[in-house]
Amino acid sequence: MRTGKMSTPLARVRGLGAARSGSGHFWRQRLTAVANVPLTIAFVLIVVSLLGRNHAAAAQILGSPLVAIIMLLFILSITIHMRIGMQVIIEDYVHDDMLKLASLIANTFFAVVIGVASAFAILKLSFGV
Amino acid sequence: MADTKAPVERPISPFWIYRWPLPMAMSIAHRITGGALYFGTLLVAWWLLAAAAGPNAYATVAAFLGSFFGRLILFGYTWALMHHMLGGIRHLIWDLGYGFTAKEREWLSLASVIGSVSLTLILWGLGYLVMGGPH
Repeated sequence: MRTGKMSTPLARVRGLGAARSGSGHFWRQRLTAVANVPLTIAFVLIVVSLLGRNHAAAAQILGSPLVAIIMLLFILSITIHMRIGMQVIIEDYVHDDMLKLASLIANTFFAVVIGVASAFAILKLSFGV
Repeated sequence: MADTKAPVERPISPFWIYRWPLPMAMSIAHRITGGALYFGTLLVAWWLLAAAAGPNAYATVAAFLGSFFGRLILFGYTWALMHHMLGGIRHLIWDLGYGFTAKEREWLSLASVIGSVSLTLILWGLGYLVMGGPH
C-alpha cells in the first residue's frame, strides 16, 4: 500500500487510515461470518429439536452445557456481525449527521441489549436459578 | 424565455430500465435479509427470556409462534436465515478471489436462491416431522 509522504512511517505501518480503525470491521465481519455458518446450522437444529416440547423439556435442553455454549457462541457471533452489518447500511443510506449519529448509537445499543439479554437467559437456564 | 427547448433525452440510470441481473438481485436480497434477521433477533431474545422466565411466559411465546401469523414470520425468518447464510458463503468465496467470471457469478447466485428455498422447505419438513404433522 502506498501512502503519501505526508504520513509518518509509524502511521504507515499501523495502517489505520483516516478512520483510525483500519480494516478492523472488515476483518471482524468476515470472521463472524465464518463462525456464523456452523453456529446457525447448530441453532436451527436445536430449535427443530425443541419444537412441540413443553417448557420443562425445552428449558432443560437449552440449559444443558453443550447446547448452552453453542447458543452463547451463536448469540455472541451474530450480535457482533449484525451490529457491523447495520452500521454499513446506516452509513450507506443515512446522510444527515445527527440522524446518522443517533442511528449508529441506537444500533450499538440494540445489538448489546439483544446480546446481553439472550446471554442472561441462557446462563439463567444453565445455572437453574 | 418563451421558446424553451424541449428537455434533452438523456439516458436514464440502468438501475430502473434494465432487467435486474440475478447477481444484482441477490446482492440486494443479501442486505434485505440481513436487515430482517437483525430485527428477527428480537424474537430469539424473547423466546430465550421466556424460557428462562418460566412456563407461563414460554406458553405465551409458543402460542404466538405457533399461530398462523407466528408461523408466517418464522417461515420468512427461516428463509432469510438460509438465504443470508448461503449469500455469506458466496461472499466468502468472492473474498478469496474465486468465482468472478460471468458464468460463475450467475451460477453462484442461482445456487443461493435454489439452495435457500430448498433448505427452508427441508427444515420445515423436518420440523413438522418432529411435531408429528401439521396442526
